Amino acid sequence: MAVMTYREALNLALREEMRRDPRVFVMGEEVGLYEGAYKVTQGLLKEFGPARVVDTPIAESGFTGLGIGAAMLGLRPVVEMMTFNFALLALDQIVNSAAKMCYMSGGQYNVPLVIRGPGGPAAQLAAQHSQSMETYFYHVPGLKVVRPTTPMDAKGLLKSAIRDDNPVIFIEAETLYPVKGEVPEDPDFVIPLGQAIVRREGTDVTVIAYMGMMYRSMEAADELAKEGISVELVDPRTLRPMDVDTIIGSVRKTHRVVVVEAGAGFAGMGSEISAFVTEHAFDDLDAPVERVTGANAPMPYARNLEKLKTPSKDKIAAAIRRVCNANGS
Amino acid sequence: MAKTIPERKGPSALGVDAELARRLLHDMLLIRRFEEKAAEAYALGKVGGFLHLYIGEEAVAVGATSVLRADDYAISAYRDHGHCLAKGADPRRVMAELFGRRDGLSKGKGGSMHLFDRSVNFLGGHAIVGAHLPLATGAAFAIKYEGRDAVVVCYFGDGAVPQGEFHESLNLGALWKLPVIYLCENNRYAMGTSTDRALAQTEIWKFGQTYGIPSEKVDGMDVLAIREVVGRAVARTRRDKTPSLIEAATYRFRGHSMRDPAGAVYRTKEEVEREKQRDPIVMLRERALKAGILTEADVRAIEKDVNDRIDEAVAFADASPEPPDEELFTDIYKED
Repeated sequence: MAVMTYREALNLALREEMRRDPRVFVMGEEVGLYEGAYKVTQGLLKEFGPARVVDTPIAESGFTGLGIGAAMLGLRPVVEMMTFNFALLALDQIVNSAAKMCYMSGGQYNVPLVIRGPGGPAAQLAAQHSQSMETYFYHVPGLKVVRPTTPMDAKGLLKSAIRDDNPVIFIEAETLYPVKGEVPEDPDFVIPLGQAIVRREGTDVTVIAYMGMMYRSMEAADELAKEGISVELVDPRTLRPMDVDTIIGSVRKTHRVVVVEAGAGFAGMGSEISAFVTEHAFDDLDAPVERVTGANAPMPYARNLEKLKTPSKDKIAAAIRRVCNANGS
Repeated sequence: MAKTIPERKGPSALGVDAELARRLLHDMLLIRRFEEKAAEAYALGKVGGFLHLYIGEEAVAVGATSVLRADDYAISAYRDHGHCLAKGADPRRVMAELFGRRDGLSKGKGGSMHLFDRSVNFLGGHAIVGAHLPLATGAAFAIKYEGRDAVVVCYFGDGAVPQGEFHESLNLGALWKLPVIYLCENNRYAMGTSTDRALAQTEIWKFGQTYGIPSEKVDGMDVLAIREVVGRAVARTRRDKTPSLIEAATYRFRGHSMRDPAGAVYRTKEEVEREKQRDPIVMLRERALKAGILTEADVRAIEKDVNDRIDEAVAFADASPEPPDEELFTDIYKED
């Protein structure tokens, strides 16, 4: 194990996979000479050269579609979105070309493509650069969607995504790039897609969260432990396919559920998780599932309003207390 | 426009020998008869959804494909039957796909607008206008990345030209010198919108000049002219890794789709009748007969062979079962 930042873990995953497989190449705005807007691709141009670290002009739809076409012929492109908000310009390519190619062709052409970059709330980036973009993708059959919370997950899941034969949406977070953690150095270390992880064991309530919301939920769990509430934290890690079994297993143990997400709540991840918890484990529930979500508003710029928009530790803790005090048993 | 070839006797008059003339005529007729049968099947309810016929435009796909190698690639939009058949797909499996049957190219899961045939390097029919131009550019990127000398022919209509992806693709293809030939089939109407109502620059080939790539216009009803112009582009692309833009001036004799059978609201009947006088199949046949490289008997033999193959394709599609229920959930992901 080595201690490294989330950014370094991603960089290492890219290096290892590019060394392992000559078909893997990196493409996007400022990934080469500039070394990445967030320095995730730092040093790659030097090690692998311009044929495999490809700076693109600003043409998200064009270069995403180009990546899909290259993947149809067997290359394994890793396309960087400088921020995932820009992926909306390539949404047609992702949804109509990448996600459906295998199906429309009856399995003749698959698209081994990763689209990665940061998304979600950051620090006063305002309405167009702060969206929780996973919502736009996890609805689509044919896509896989990953949100890695820790440096170890960042490395292990990105490597799996690159080795996957299908299009994978891999959304990082600006706020997590400097976060440090233990990361295995073994180049064969991977974390399979579609496996959730229990980050903290507990007995009273299951809290489901990922990315920044997981870190806030951990703080809330620490606080609640002092009050005698034992919180189990489950991180789905892959949103599509979702590891329903791990989540339901936890619910059967604790009988109470809170889902936390940064995005606006309407038809969000929490809605889906609430629905399948109700479908699979209704009889196990001692209280209604509670959702803590971003406010149903665009992201404001002003610092105080931005704070109001995104779930805080206090809001999460309050929801957990409510669920634990509800008397359904 | 490519020059009209003077009409003399013998193979040199056409610049093709009997074997090639026979093949070109055969391939164009095959597409024509295939689609006539597909239209009949549509009327009988055997083909559903949208059905966009290529009738009138056959010279483009057949002429272009005739200068390609088997390891070259082709990709198309939603009016894709002709391109897929020209590239060598089995008409039986194409018809079965239109019928939504198990033995279709995509097991019945793609349909008329999404024909794919990996066995002949046909990268698909794509039905979001303009969206397959980046895919073609990416296929060319992969060819260059792997150091091969294959090329990609990307067919699209005039309707794709106002889309951003046309311009993004030409820019990327030219910037990175990718082996792709952008072949615009200008049939003058994007559905019902004529080019002069859609484009500030209606001379589509001129966009190639903007991106600094070789570009020219060709008579899209003349299969030999297409051969000449695309052949030149393919040779250049293979040699120099330079993309090309070719505008083929063509015309669809039918409406936009089966739901626009007359195609007469946005164009005059006189115009359609006038253009039908330049039927690419009739033109080649007459020229080959006149030059004496094909006989009436040759032509009859070609017609019989085509008719037999299409009858066989319909029988095959009719006999093929519907895809089993479990196919709903296969091929969503490629499993290891």
